[in-house]
Amino acid sequence: MQRKRIAIKNHFAEIRLINHRVIVALIIITLLILLLIIRLFYLQHAKHDLYTTLSKKNWLDLVPAEPTRGLIYDRNGILLADNIPVFSLDVIPYKIQDMPQTLSEISKIVFLTDTEIAQFQKQLKEHRRFEELPLKLRLSEQELAKFSENQYRFPGVIVKARLIRYYPYGNSLSHVLGYVGRINTEELEEIDPVNYSASNYIGKMGIEKYYEEELHGQVGYQQVENDASGESIRTLNQIRSNPGEDLHLTLDINLQLAATAALEGHRGAIVAIQPSTGQILALVSEPGYDPNVFVAGISNQDFQALQQSPDKPLYNRAIRGLYPPASTVKPYIALQGLNTGATDPSYTIFDPGWFKLSNNEHIFHCWRHHGHGEVNLHRAVVGSCDTYFFQLAYKMGIHPIDDILSQFGFGETTGVDLVDELPGNVPSPAWKRKTKGASWYPGDTLNSGIGQGYIQATPLQLAAAVSTMANRGKRYTPYLLLSAQSPGKLTVTQPPNPLKPIILDDPQNWEIVINAMQGAVTEPQGTLYRVGKNLAYTVAAKTGTAQVFAKKHTINEVDHEDQSYLPERLRDHSLLIAFAPVDHPKIAIAIISENSGVAATAARKILDYYLLPHQGVKPT
Amino acid sequence: MNLVGLMQIKKSKSRVQYRNFWQALHIDPPLLISLILLILFGLTILYSASNEDMLSIEKQTFHIGFAFIIMLVFAQIPPSTYQRWSPWIYLLSLILLAGVLIIGRIGNGAQRWFNLGFMHFQPSEMMKLAIPMLLAWHFHRIHLPIPARSLLLASLLILIPVFLAIKQPDLSTAIVFIIAGGSVLLFAGLGWRLIISMSILGSICTPIIWHFLHAYQKQRVLTFLNPERDPLGKGYHIIQSKIAIGSGGLFGKGLFNGTQSHLHFLPEHTTDFIFAVCGEEFGFVGSIVLIALFMTIVIRGFYIAIKAQDTFTRLLAASISFTFFMSFFINIGMVTGVLPVAGIPLPLISYGGSSMMTIMASFGILMSIQTHRKLLTT
Repeated sequence: MQRKRIAIKNHFAEIRLINHRVIVALIIITLLILLLIIRLFYLQHAKHDLYTTLSKKNWLDLVPAEPTRGLIYDRNGILLADNIPVFSLDVIPYKIQDMPQTLSEISKIVFLTDTEIAQFQKQLKEHRRFEELPLKLRLSEQELAKFSENQYRFPGVIVKARLIRYYPYGNSLSHVLGYVGRINTEELEEIDPVNYSASNYIGKMGIEKYYEEELHGQVGYQQVENDASGESIRTLNQIRSNPGEDLHLTLDINLQLAATAALEGHRGAIVAIQPSTGQILALVSEPGYDPNVFVAGISNQDFQALQQSPDKPLYNRAIRGLYPPASTVKPYIALQGLNTGATDPSYTIFDPGWFKLSNNEHIFHCWRHHGHGEVNLHRAVVGSCDTYFFQLAYKMGIHPIDDILSQFGFGETTGVDLVDELPGNVPSPAWKRKTKGASWYPGDTLNSGIGQGYIQATPLQLAAAVSTMANRGKRYTPYLLLSAQSPGKLTVTQPPNPLKPIILDDPQNWEIVINAMQGAVTEPQGTLYRVGKNLAYTVAAKTGTAQVFAKKHTINEVDHEDQSYLPERLRDHSLLIAFAPVDHPKIAIAIISENSGVAATAARKILDYYLLPHQGVKPT
Repeated sequence: MNLVGLMQIKKSKSRVQYRNFWQALHIDPPLLISLILLILFGLTILYSASNEDMLSIEKQTFHIGFAFIIMLVFAQIPPSTYQRWSPWIYLLSLILLAGVLIIGRIGNGAQRWFNLGFMHFQPSEMMKLAIPMLLAWHFHRIHLPIPARSLLLASLLILIPVFLAIKQPDLSTAIVFIIAGGSVLLFAGLGWRLIISMSILGSICTPIIWHFLHAYQKQRVLTFLNPERDPLGKGYHIIQSKIAIGSGGLFGKGLFNGTQSHLHFLPEHTTDFIFAVCGEEFGFVGSIVLIALFMTIVIRGFYIAIKAQDTFTRLLAASISFTFFMSFFINIGMVTGVLPVAGIPLPLISYGGSSMMTIMASFGILMSIQTHRKLLTT
């Protein structure tokens, strides 16, 4: 009983003790729950925006959609630059465990060049691991079939259809169209990173570069939902990409091909312009290169080969080739002679074959050693008499010469819609002092008078100048873009861009000079008499010869001389400017043929092609 | 209450009178309703978290059904029976726990359960109940507050299973053992001075123990304490779970709209991290509702403890309630990033059967304690 009593007494004490502890526990529990609620409120209210952003970053992904590049057509709607579907082999790096192993396995099925592997390795370093990288563009049908059979062995390697640029006319348009290539690090800094977020290619040269903005288009977006492994589950939203504009060029592809063929086997350039507008009908620089090679990614080796080739196929002679215009400047000098009154049609000199400045020992030879005899302005242009022009230049002085050459557009870029055009040079006393540190001598004036010496011009400038001559002074900027069309929108036609015209006091002077240029083709003494036989249309033309290898005489026209004893690359360049028909000119051309005399025959072929009725697409 | 009253209880042992129908069934309606509400809420969250996978829901419903049966069976057993069997239950649990460890060793692989054919039986789950039962039994027999000799014995009785659990290795179970056993000590009136001095001793010992740990063990402890050290492992879990909860905002993204769980950014989103799904889809409001349901159960448990009629049931009920509180507190604390990642599931909500059986069994004991109270007939 004693024990029981104690137990009972303790029982009440125990109740109090336990109840007390339960209350303490409840207080602790309340505090802990408050802690949890504060924590939840902090996460879900105070930090809600932060975690919402983080959550979206987890699952929302904006996948840019590449816009389709605009197509390029010639003036008659013939396709010059196409987008063709190709099957490429793409690799998603993060899905691949052993990259070297995978590559070696793939190369057993699909032929991989060292270049392709090297390019892929390069991209692997530059891109994020979940981006798809093309390993091989343009799988052949056999490769496609073979890989598809083995697809299951390569998780993370996929066949993807994509569009790539294709230039059906290859070499013959390379210097006009240029090409597209993979965006390099330098370009990456200049382009709008948003608009190019899906683009792999960018215009590198030519029209592709000049009209990059128009051709590229606007990037589109797909908002996709990703799961934790990075797989897209579904598309939530999309903004379609806007394809680039389709461009129609002023080029006539058939004329371009005819011009290319006319110059084939020679280095040189041909530019043909429609005088009434300034539209460029053909622009050839030979040799060209295959732009399609650059699209797929050219190997270093092949690129070196192109770059180091003595024929310089990457060099656009038409807009960057600087040549002495030689005798092709004579019509302009003659025009200025008439204009300034330094000469007139009836003024006649005797050409003994040389010209000597009174206070100078140096003798300036005419290309025709025995001279032209009695020459007036007409005969001087027809027979390209140097002596006459030495005298005329001497009489006028350098300033009127520079003045007329500048008015015809020499010495400055034409503003054609191509990149990296060079301005050439019209030398003046000020220029010579500045660049050579030497005074201007009368001999320099004489050289300018026959288009030699320091004077340099591009074939495009020659064509633009003769086009101005054909227009009797009306000038237009030569251009290549005829019209542009955004999908679903009206075609925007590029209007000709008139420049300040050349206005003569007596417009009759145009006809005098043009008549002389026509005489060069039609008259027996004319430098083009042999080439110009049996013409069905009228042509005004002027030849020129630029010396490469200095012989003992300063000679201008040597086409009668036999140069075959000289190594090919030391032979003279032949030049020609022409327009036809004389009364209502449809075409003006300038041709330069390096180290060969084919300019005149090439001109005949081109003009015949353009002006005579023929098979195929008739130019508009 | 007086001596006469107690005498009468003793006399009327055979003529137990029940207040009502529920008491006859040995069911506590407030606890039952709270449990049902919580479990329904939990099933909804699980349905969404499992990506609307009906198979998971069916299995979980089976677990729940089985657990309810266990609860009802446990509720029928009078507390005195539990009291009587407590030492034996503890001893059996200890043998099975050691047995499973030995079998695991022989079978050359860590194993925590016996395969009973229709389900896996985990001795550690049984131990979670056996520890508080044994300690309550022990403290019922002696005079409280706890004498020093008893404290040593009790500590030993807790630490033996803790040691076995760590050997498994199952750290989260060891933590539950300590909470379950420790809570009995606390409710039994472990002196505050003793608690404080033990804490001080612990904090002195920690650096000394730390000194003797291997480098990899130190790493493991550090990662346990600060998961962000390991952003691809445990840190990833916490980061993603905080994103899930935080992005849920006040009102949540809506059922089935949680991107973190549905797109698999949130790991273990049907088990340990299921609370983050609730936070993401139901927001702050939904989380509060869930916590409120948990708290209803906890408070009801403590109410039962206070109303209990002897030291054994009082300590047992309080310990069960406190352990239940601690397990959901630790889980939510872990998921919200205030506590280390302990691997303790969210009770009654996380997918899985074993822990649910134990918890529902413990609620069965709570109901038994509540419904077997004898009325004083004077």
